Amino acid sequence: MNSKTKSNKTNGWWGKIAFIDLEHRRVSIQKPALKIYTAFLGGRGLAGFYLKDKITLSYDDPQMPLLIFTGPLTGTPAPTSGRVTFMSRSPLTGGVGDASAGGNFGAALKRCGLDGLVITGKSASVCGIEISNEKIRITDASTLAGALVQTAHKQLAPKGSTAVIGPAAENGAMFANVMIDGRHAAGRTGIGLVFASKNIKYITVSGNKRPPVFDRTALQEASADVMRLIAASPFLMGPSGISAFGTGALYDLMDARNMMPANNFSASKFEHAAALNAPSFKKQYGFKSHGCSGCHIRCKKTGRDNRQIPEFETMSHFSALTGNSDIEVVRKANLICDDYGMDTISAAATLAAYFELEKRRPGPGEILRLLGEMGDGQGIGKELSCGAARWCAAAGHPETAMCVKNLELPAYDPRGAYGMALAYAVSTRGGCHLRAYPIGHEILRKPAPTDRFSFAGKARMIKNGEDANAVADSLIACKFTFLAATCEEYAKVFTAATGISMTGQDLLLAGERICYNERIANSKNGFSESDDDLPARFFSPSGPDALAPIDRKDFLAARSAYYRVRGLDESGMPFPEKTRELGL
Amino acid sequence: MKAECPFLKKLANLAFNRHMAKNMKQMLEKFTRRIETSGLVEPGGALFGMADDRIVWNRTDPAQKILEPLFSNLNINSVLFARPAFPYSVIIDFLAKTTRNSTIMPDDCETRTFLHDLPVADAFSALKLNQCLKARKSVIVPGGSIVTTGTISPEQALVAFSSVCFACFVKFFSDFLKHVQTDGVSKKEARLFSRIAPFCAELRPAPAGLVHGPFSMEDEIRTAMAEAGKKTVEAGLVDSSFGNISCFNGKTLYISQTGAFLNKLEGFIDPVPTDGSRCTGITASSELGAHLNIISATKDHAILHGHPLFSVIMSMVCDIEKCEKKGECHKSCPYDRNICQIPIVSGEVGAGPHGLCNTVACRMNDQKAVIVYGHGVFTTGKTDFNDALSRLYSIENDCRNEYFRRVRDVIGDISNLMAS
Ligand code: SF4
Ligand SMILES: [Zn+2]
Repeated sequence: MNSKTKSNKTNGWWGKIAFIDLEHRRVSIQKPALKIYTAFLGGRGLAGFYLKDKITLSYDDPQMPLLIFTGPLTGTPAPTSGRVTFMSRSPLTGGVGDASAGGNFGAALKRCGLDGLVITGKSASVCGIEISNEKIRITDASTLAGALVQTAHKQLAPKGSTAVIGPAAENGAMFANVMIDGRHAAGRTGIGLVFASKNIKYITVSGNKRPPVFDRTALQEASADVMRLIAASPFLMGPSGISAFGTGALYDLMDARNMMPANNFSASKFEHAAALNAPSFKKQYGFKSHGCSGCHIRCKKTGRDNRQIPEFETMSHFSALTGNSDIEVVRKANLICDDYGMDTISAAATLAAYFELEKRRPGPGEILRLLGEMGDGQGIGKELSCGAARWCAAAGHPETAMCVKNLELPAYDPRGAYGMALAYAVSTRGGCHLRAYPIGHEILRKPAPTDRFSFAGKARMIKNGEDANAVADSLIACKFTFLAATCEEYAKVFTAATGISMTGQDLLLAGERICYNERIANSKNGFSESDDDLPARFFSPSGPDALAPIDRKDFLAARSAYYRVRGLDESGMPFPEKTRELGL
Repeated sequence: MKAECPFLKKLANLAFNRHMAKNMKQMLEKFTRRIETSGLVEPGGALFGMADDRIVWNRTDPAQKILEPLFSNLNINSVLFARPAFPYSVIIDFLAKTTRNSTIMPDDCETRTFLHDLPVADAFSALKLNQCLKARKSVIVPGGSIVTTGTISPEQALVAFSSVCFACFVKFFSDFLKHVQTDGVSKKEARLFSRIAPFCAELRPAPAGLVHGPFSMEDEIRTAMAEAGKKTVEAGLVDSSFGNISCFNGKTLYISQTGAFLNKLEGFIDPVPTDGSRCTGITASSELGAHLNIISATKDHAILHGHPLFSVIMSMVCDIEKCEKKGECHKSCPYDRNICQIPIVSGEVGAGPHGLCNTVACRMNDQKAVIVYGHGVFTTGKTDFNDALSRLYSIENDCRNEYFRRVRDVIGDISNLMAS
């Protein structure tokens, strides 16, 4: 598709994307054709559209774009629509690298009159990008070089919502995050390092334009349907749900289902879990709720000191996975990662692999010390900051890295949810739980329960889940909401916002296109079936405290079934016919 | 991992496919049995399909040809096609034929929350089904049959099927009473009513003899809950896909899980410590909040929640003429309404400002029962489910009698309908 056709008048989207060239310090506004918007929606979809042709460049090539995109719902009154996508080629995985981030950045960017940013080039010195409505300035940020996230954020906050990298990115950590408003992570695939490679320390955005909405009354009605489903969801709004306890509410459930990865996935049970659950954090630190722009679920928690309470993955990995039973260490580890701008899952999983190879448990204070060294790029921490896969390979034990496509696995043991096992393996992002999130049905029983110890029907379920979550990431709506509402309800929201009539299935077709586009992008970098795989550990017995291994033959056959359902060849590569059929 | 030999891979795939097809078929057979025993479909009447990379059916049927394209056109993994049992089939057929805009718009809570509306196709063709199912989970086809879909499980198709039957039943009887009392009944409507009324006026036998409390052991509680759930379904007070139940032992509330089948609760009950020390209630019923509030308001230990049809129908019959909240009855009715002396409250599923977690408990005390507008009934028992179940049963009985009394008040004997 050609992106430079003249734009039609749009609702939902502004129809404007800013291209920022750091090398020549030039900014231009492009107006993509409406058909590009309807085909890729926004957020992850639209960012993927702009990434695909550049995906074979190295992540630090000046021409590699850094993409920041909102969606047609961002900044509108649609429920949980305040999020934003960051995308580039991932330094960590070498594939499509993206992060959906909360906070106010997405809504603020949209209020500037822009749908997204495409940033290329490399600044000669450390710079910032300041956006105020459609005015975009590239500034000198040398005084902030090396500053902790909190320090930089506090200084920049008067300029609007902030996206900041910390020292970890500047020191080359492969899993460096971008931190939004000082406390929301654009995490996982190392987008922070892409910022650093372009010499960007920060971006601030502040705008006061009201995004265009086709029919506000219809939007209100459609949103009410979504809100009703959110209210009916025990996971979101129930007394034990994430609105009350944060995502840490999942901790007890993972313990109860014996699928909490412990000691670098050598066990699926952690004996200290009861004392480290979300209610324990609440008791110890107090809970105050906050959330992303425009969200009433408000699943984010801070303590009495106004600093973040860890999310579920962080709680689990800095306790069970690393063999730590001290709640204070979990909390501080999270704060160090936030301050340095490091992904908590990757950092913890890398430490877990390190301690396994060291054949010991962490000593007192050791986790926190090593995290500091990772962020500072000092000592052994410098080596660990390249992630578990690279570190274990360098140590001669690649099998110890619990990664898929070099991305460290989150806190759901795949032996306890076979759909999750398949979803980890085939995710275009690497070891990520969020592409299909089968935990929704395998564990949370939504929209209906499925047998977690069976691959029956899972290939199609994963494909359908991926398509739906691609829609959520592109509209943008929070994926948590998609555990209650569906594309059926969001189609009505989309239509009210944009004036373009789409059904739930039309949106899902866009979701399929977005996912396939990512498969194509990854295939250009040589990703194939050997990358769509789990660590060998999950296929052989791991000891008395681990769940039974997954049958390798079944797993491979389920993966083949997934390829067929997704329209890929036997090695997971895209077919030209399917590519054409999806308009790619 | 090392590369696999292509030949061995092919063999393994074949074996796996056979194995998975067998698993899927078993799954479909399980859901087929479930829908048949619920009485929603006559034995042998349900055609159930499920797809992974290929499609499996519970039996062969010429309709497969029309249904199979749905799997490639829609992001679904299961389809259910059946003509519901009498009287649902004739009710649905009537509503489908008399509705405007090819859509039935019931007012009950289940439709409002999950189905939104019920599209009607004017032909049983792949094209028409596809058009309707692109936007909704169900479609009604000529003859009063229903097609429903699931995105990840046949269970979704089954639940949607049951919801359509429930919603149409409630809508037909609600509309009929309204027509009788106000603008008149059409001939067709009258004929249908007199045909199905005798069938609907009967209540199944009263359930009795549940295990007696108080219970101290967890096992006793789980057994008592499973028994009560089963008998509630057997008494026709809720379809097995809906309703919830809980029992409190002073420290922990045991409650049915979200999406649990009320007549098969073994293994699907969550323990929720009421001191908030664990978040295990994250998979509990959407009504956990309401149950917790009822326990603390009533001090009773057993709670039962069903969707009995005539209680739901009568909850939506409102005699207040000039109400400033008309249209918002389900969420913010300003009056203390009652039917058959049982309080009726507004309340939407789950939490939120209009959530029934906030509206039910405060009116529970007098009668140990509350009807939620357009939704269902909550009842309690001091230590066990005997009182809760018999109360649920008698409320439904009373509401049914009240319904037919109101009809008779206008038309006299039902047989007059046909004469007029
Ligand atoms: S549910 Fe949580 S993550 Fe999602 S939008 Fe709301 S606050 Fe943000
Ligand atoms: Zn109910």
